[in-house]
Amino acid sequence: MAAIELDGLERRYGERVALAGVSVRVEEGQTLAVLGGNGAGKSTLLRVLAGLLRPHAGRALVLGAELPGERWMLPGRIGYLGHEPLLYRELSGRENLGYHARLHGAAPARVGEVLAAVGMDGRADEPLRELSKGMVQRLAVARAVLHDPELLLLDEPRAGLDPAGAERVEPLIGRESGRTRVLVSHDVEGALAQADVVLRLKRGRPAGEGEELYR
Amino acid sequence: MIRAARAILRKDLLIELRTKESVPAMTLFTLTVYVLFHFGLDRDALEGELASGVLWVTLLLAAIIGVTRLFAAEREQGGIEGLLLAPVDRTALFVAKAAGLFAMLVAVELVAVPAFAFLLLRPGIGGALPELIAILLLANVGIAAVGALVSALAAETRARELIVPLLLLPLLVPLLIACAQATEPFLRIPQGPEDLGRWLGLLTLYDVVFVLVSLAVFDYLLED
Repeated sequence: MAAIELDGLERRYGERVALAGVSVRVEEGQTLAVLGGNGAGKSTLLRVLAGLLRPHAGRALVLGAELPGERWMLPGRIGYLGHEPLLYRELSGRENLGYHARLHGAAPARVGEVLAAVGMDGRADEPLRELSKGMVQRLAVARAVLHDPELLLLDEPRAGLDPAGAERVEPLIGRESGRTRVLVSHDVEGALAQADVVLRLKRGRPAGEGEELYR
Repeated sequence: MIRAARAILRKDLLIELRTKESVPAMTLFTLTVYVLFHFGLDRDALEGELASGVLWVTLLLAAIIGVTRLFAAEREQGGIEGLLLAPVDRTALFVAKAAGLFAMLVAVELVAVPAFAFLLLRPGIGGALPELIAILLLANVGIAAVGALVSALAAETRARELIVPLLLLPLLVPLLIACAQATEPFLRIPQGPEDLGRWLGLLTLYDVVFVLVSLAVFDYLLED
């Protein structure tokens, strides 16, 4: 069964077309790499797949939910790691994850597990505003996998991470996590190495064969 | 729903305790306005309709500060998206935000009302305290319900500091009338609870209507 199936997906912001004619099929457990330059529509695609934005035309099937009508089937099943960590600066990592655990109905013990997994258990009680960008990104990864999601939507997941941090989060969001993943990255070689399916976007549309993405 | 609402409310109160962004600003605003009235009217004491009007208009204007900030953390730090990704009834967000605003209003009034009595009131409010508390609590329910709705509506707009008062204040006019009329008899000499039941009934009706309307439409405000 396909975890994601898009057929002629379209999304606009007012008159501006952000995505058009996007079609792709991703099976359970596979990784989709989305490549493209700035403004190509990669982040918009992730937000549509997460159910945060409505598709305006075409077909979008995510984890068996036909969007936008069956968006209600998605909450709690997706781990979304976007540009923002979706964490509160005034709260500590432990408080932030405890809050998300309560929203997702996850066991409180899970907070300690993911904090240890991303190597932040030693600084879990400091407010986020006192942590470095890389540390906040580790916590954002912990937040995204806290509820053991079926599908991971990852927008530059290693942004701000040092090599040790990137290595730490790999078992949680890498191929070995065993989850279906959609990976947006400017690290083309790294993304291609992990991908089962590749979607190349240019100005919101699928790029032609051999078309240069970054000009 | 209750579990999620409690989690959101707990988080909001924790953030307010740490940042001290809303309650101190609202309290300071009310105190400043009462001092301004004290000197602006050039009177040591007010009573009756004028006292009631000054008390309630100031409290409603102070509420604007809280309403404007109510969704600030969600808007600035992606909290709405975090909630939409969680298996949470969106009603929980409304309940938590309204409860948070209610708590903030109570905290402000604990300082503002005694300060008002000290700075501007001739008869004093000691004898009518239970009635005044009932009016304040009913008013807070209405302000909290309308405020949470307006705040969510304005959260995604760029001119929210302008939109919040433009939407909030007209919606609060019936509440203002009921509160001022219910309070006025207790702020004049001699004191007397004229028509208190009628005004409390109107306040309760206002609260019920706006809580139900807010619950009905809140879901749609969070839609893309």
